[in-house]
Amino acid sequence: MAKITYIEFSGTERVVEVAKGLSVMEGAIKNNIPGIDADCGGACACATCHVYVDEAWREKVGERSDMEESMLDFAENVQPNSRLSCQIKVSDELDGLIVRTPESQH
Amino acid sequence: MNDSEPGVVIVGAGHAAGTAAALLRQYGYAGAITLVGDEPIAPYQRPPLSKAWLKGEADAESLMLRPLGFYAEQRIELICGVKATAIDRAAKTVALADGRRLAYQTLILATGSRARPLPIPGADLRGVLSLRSAADAEELKAALGPGKRLAVIGGGYIGLEAAASGRALGAEVVVLEKEPRILARVACETLSSFFTAYHQARGVKFELGAAIESFVGAGGRVTGVKLADGRVIPCDEALVGVGAAPNEELGRDAGLECRSGVVVDEDARTSDPAIFAIGDVTQRPMPLYERTFRLESVANALEQAKQAAAAIAGKPRPAPEVTWNWSDQYDLKLQLAGVAFDTDDIVVRGDPGAARFAVFHLRGPVIRAVEAVNAPAEFMAGRLLIGQAKPVDRARLADPAISMKEVAAA
Ligand SMILES: Cc1cc2nc3c(=O)[nH]c(=O)nc-3n(C[C@H](O)[C@H](O)[C@H](O)COP(=O)(O)OP(=O)(O)OC[C@H]3O[C@@H](n4cnc5c(N)ncnc54)[C@H](O)[C@@H]3O)c2cc1C
Ligand code: FES
Repeated sequence: MAKITYIEFSGTERVVEVAKGLSVMEGAIKNNIPGIDADCGGACACATCHVYVDEAWREKVGERSDMEESMLDFAENVQPNSRLSCQIKVSDELDGLIVRTPESQH
Repeated sequence: MNDSEPGVVIVGAGHAAGTAAALLRQYGYAGAITLVGDEPIAPYQRPPLSKAWLKGEADAESLMLRPLGFYAEQRIELICGVKATAIDRAAKTVALADGRRLAYQTLILATGSRARPLPIPGADLRGVLSLRSAADAEELKAALGPGKRLAVIGGGYIGLEAAASGRALGAEVVVLEKEPRILARVACETLSSFFTAYHQARGVKFELGAAIESFVGAGGRVTGVKLADGRVIPCDEALVGVGAAPNEELGRDAGLECRSGVVVDEDARTSDPAIFAIGDVTQRPMPLYERTFRLESVANALEQAKQAAAAIAGKPRPAPEVTWNWSDQYDLKLQLAGVAFDTDDIVVRGDPGAARFAVFHLRGPVIRAVEAVNAPAEFMAGRLLIGQAKPVDRARLADPAISMKEVAAA
């Protein structure tokens, strides 16, 4: 289990325990956290699971894959700390992770 | 309004239905919401059934659209394993197979589609399978494994995904297609020949232009597929993937306008203003293409769920979306956007030989559809350009040295 904090665009914070091996996207869906649509269910095909990774966690979370990079290139309001949350696997390393969701996924 | 008054009843508890229920609450609808589905489980996602789940890379729980607790928490009543049998539009009630009658103020039909059966002798033999539900997928998965021989009837996306997953599980796979090429109905020739070669290189055999006469069997179990030329292709299992038909009977019997799907408008409303229809079951307007069409995709289910939920909750109609879809086979990700209606030219960008390319379908200078293999930028930019109906320069589009960002900006 890893503790993950999801902060909505409005500022609402939710801290939940997410099982190892799930993605940060799945952690949100399972815990009913709004702000992540995940239209393709984690296939890296839709770019509607966009999150901003807290600066302190960027390195631990790792780099975007080429596929993810190209998808994000055309998403809205992309920042250097933007990631597709279905591509971030939860591990012990990520216990304490903080991510923010954008105003809209579409 | 409180929960004892009739609110929204949603028939079918699949991808569209589950999404519409969640969106109604998100949009502030406070009345009663009831979901009725004939499958034994809560709404789930079908795409992984032929992909990650079939290969054993995703578990059953990851298929669920929402966690189970969601429905109670959101005051959504979920009735599973019960079929809706009739709609009484005058009384505004839905009859269920268990004798119950549900009153509605607004009804949403989200009954999806079903796998088309193959009306040939032997289709009822054990081992002749289809792939639509989680139960179907369980049966198929149990039947695949090293040395097992799988015959896939129909070279569409679901059949090809099952073929790729079957190979990953060690099965021997032959795809039988009645057209001279696979994906004939849904993709261009460049894509058909690319996928054929890619599957062949991974051990899949093809019988193209196959005239299938019957399934042959022994002891009530399928043992082969018989072709008109007399040959029998031996198999342990046969997966029939020859398309889907809309579950429109409930709507049609109630007198709703149907035309290969329940006909709806841009709010997903049927010919009865108190009844909406969403997802695979609808014949819907395609504003970008000036026609109506029946789409079978998650994107379509989600878009129409938004339209219906917005109309019911009194929110503005969402902007029309460019329809899209995807398919995973081996290490290939195919992403599709738009539909190639009325197109007059094709531009191939990238190199099919390197398994990284995109096919753009144009009408004049405007992109109408894109098929992108391991080419996410082409997909994303293509989807954007289709929506904007913005003219593009073909020579630049065909030149991979010019980035899609630049092509889109020009
Ligand atoms: C194997 C497979 C792979 C797929 N892959 C992709 C993909 O990669 N990308 C993509 O975009 N789409 C894919 N699709 C299509 C996608 O799953 C469908 O478009 C989507 O599920 C449609 O949602 P729906 O709610 O309209 O229908 P469904 O999800 O089919 O839900 C309809 C539900 O209503 C129930 N029902 C029907 N009649 C009644 C009744 N009278 N009473 C009660 N319940 C009833 C049905 O049993 C079903 O549970 C795939 C489909 C399959 C089968
Ligand atoms: S869920 Fe679709 S890209 Fe992450």
